Amino acid sequence: MPVLNLRLGAISAALALLAISSTSALAQKKYDTGATDTEIKIGNIMPYSGPASAYGVIGKTEEAYFRKINAEGGINGRKINFVSYDDAYSPPKTVEQARKLVESDEVLLIFNSLGTPPNSAIQKYMNQKKVPQLFVATGATKWNDPKEFPWTMGWQPNYQSESQIYAKYILKNYPNGKIAILYQNDDYGKDYVKGLKDGLGSKAASMIVIEDSYEVSEPTIDTHIVKLKASGADIFFNVTTPKFAAQAIKKNMEIGWKPVHFLNNVSASIGSVMKPAGFENGQGIISSAYLKDPTDPQWKDDAAMKAWNEFLDKYYPEANRADGSVMYAYIVAQGLEHVLKACGDDLTRANVMKQAANIKNFEPRGLLPGVKVNTSATDFAPLSQLQLMRFKGETWELFGEVLSGDVGG
Amino acid sequence: MSAATEDAVTEAPAVEAVPKRAMTLGLGTSLAVLAALVIAPLFVKNFIIFQMTMLLIYALAVLALNILTGGSGQFSLGQSAFYAVGAYTSAILMEHVGMNYALTLPIAGIICFAFGFVFGQPALRLSGVYLALATFALAVAMPQLLKLGFFEHWTGGVQGLVVTKPDAPFGLKMSQDMWLYYFTLAISIGIYVASVNLLRSRSGRAFMAIRDNEIAASAMGVNVALYKTLAFGVSAGITGIAGGLGAIAVQFVAPDGYTITLAISLFLGMVVGGVGWLPGSIVGSAFIIFVPNIAESISKGLSGAVFGVLLFIVIFLVPHGARQVAIVAQQLIGKLRKG
Repeated sequence: MPVLNLRLGAISAALALLAISSTSALAQKKYDTGATDTEIKIGNIMPYSGPASAYGVIGKTEEAYFRKINAEGGINGRKINFVSYDDAYSPPKTVEQARKLVESDEVLLIFNSLGTPPNSAIQKYMNQKKVPQLFVATGATKWNDPKEFPWTMGWQPNYQSESQIYAKYILKNYPNGKIAILYQNDDYGKDYVKGLKDGLGSKAASMIVIEDSYEVSEPTIDTHIVKLKASGADIFFNVTTPKFAAQAIKKNMEIGWKPVHFLNNVSASIGSVMKPAGFENGQGIISSAYLKDPTDPQWKDDAAMKAWNEFLDKYYPEANRADGSVMYAYIVAQGLEHVLKACGDDLTRANVMKQAANIKNFEPRGLLPGVKVNTSATDFAPLSQLQLMRFKGETWELFGEVLSGDVGG
Repeated sequence: MSAATEDAVTEAPAVEAVPKRAMTLGLGTSLAVLAALVIAPLFVKNFIIFQMTMLLIYALAVLALNILTGGSGQFSLGQSAFYAVGAYTSAILMEHVGMNYALTLPIAGIICFAFGFVFGQPALRLSGVYLALATFALAVAMPQLLKLGFFEHWTGGVQGLVVTKPDAPFGLKMSQDMWLYYFTLAISIGIYVASVNLLRSRSGRAFMAIRDNEIAASAMGVNVALYKTLAFGVSAGITGIAGGLGAIAVQFVAPDGYTITLAISLFLGMVVGGVGWLPGSIVGSAFIIFVPNIAESISKGLSGAVFGVLLFIVIFLVPHGARQVAIVAQQLIGKLRKG
């Protein structure tokens, strides 16, 4: 019966082949909780209510961006299911929401949760659970600590490296300057001041003539400005959030104090700071940036800006386009898209961190020319470059090279 | 005392004046609630257990405020400050001194008792809305005090302090969350029973006499100053223990967790639960934990507004909070039995 034998042989060979191919297919696709053939579940925590609710727009923009991805077919064929909760910027609530995301909603990772205290509250938990806490939305320096916290990664240039860049500039151009500092009395403000002092090194004590802080609950900071002027300083290091930054710029002009004015990047928005403060009052202010300010006319015909506008027109038409947070969210969402694409069919938490720590010269739309995202197994600070800029007319004029701060966790 | 506060005080009925069964829950109901609290964690996920732990912790804090306001008739919008002191005491003792978590709680309670007692002294001169404002100032000041550079070595400043979560002792095979839940439950029951007894005791009657009429109370020989400050002390002490438990459950303390919003939430919890009705504390606590989540699921952008509407509906329909609901339910059951 040679024919039958042959047939049997063929069938068994075919079966064997099938078995091999199916196992290899299984080997290719690996999933942790939160990922399937059709869906990737991403968690997010934002202060939609409470004192920092202005940042809630970041979560809304990201949600819109993932809707765009889904409408265009998803990532490697999988749709993003973006689950975003409100923590009102209260750490105990953040813990509750993070646990809900991880244990109840069973997300693959938590992405871009906002604020230093909220993220500090969940960092230990996330690392114990081995769930990625990816691209946290805070500029604190401590997120770049892959040894201690291999499941936590920062995103934006941290505050300390930014103020170190100013410190270098001050030492070079105004070595005998007298510096007045105004900062917000919280982690963000203190990080900036620390960076500046570290940057000035031994000269910090002699150069800084006055340090003053304000509380975010104060209605106006006018009195602080008057106090700073009285100190006789000729350099003003302004670490304030947008509302206060506009007040400071205005008040400076009113009382005729004209120091060399360094404004932190947090408040470098033309739409929400420079315009309300009055363009004529802001001339010559020095700041730094890593993303394109959507209200800056010089980017009007830029391709990235056009793509951004198209995206907003279609998926988030009610967005306030003068709000820098919308651009910020657009860029960081591209960061996540990039990582998930790189993961391919291996959607395990370990692989997510591996791919996130392996970004090379990635340029999402919206970054300044020359600024790139880079990470490695020892570098968990994706963005660390900034460029100095000076306000002139109605726009920021970039000058110098793209600089990188070098502060680790 | 102004007419307004007098009104508010008369609206909160004397605890003893309410029949015993209406004041606390009936024995049967109490046991049923207790059984539910004991058994429930065995069937739910760790995350829910964590939420239940927070429910008990906030219930303790609401209960503490209830003793102060419902018992002695004094207002406080500063409970978040005592909560913060308790939380930081526990966290600092655990992380810097290496003390066992269970031992830190009585210390947190004692420190907060002392703090509340001392704060009660100037508060003696104030009543009604003025006292509310003075305590409000305390709540506003607290987060900033915690940020002070002077204390930073201990408090961790704005960065806060991470606390290690305890494992179940004696080699019990129980998750950390479940152990902490039962631990909290045991403490809560203890404090609840003690509070009920306190209000029924001589001191409790003195509190209530002061609440109903200060002059009459002093004429009866009640040391008004002592009992008013004592009420503050007891309330602060219980809040401090709740704060310490909160720090252990959340594993983190930071100034941002103890803002005026927390104080207002606790106040809200007390009103929703029913002023002067201790079992209502847990209902109030459930309200401040779960209703914001419900509001958020209805609308993300308008969660605050939705929360406001829900709160308004509750206050409008049942101005005396859960106590009112409980009384109505009891009457209904009574009628059904008769019928």
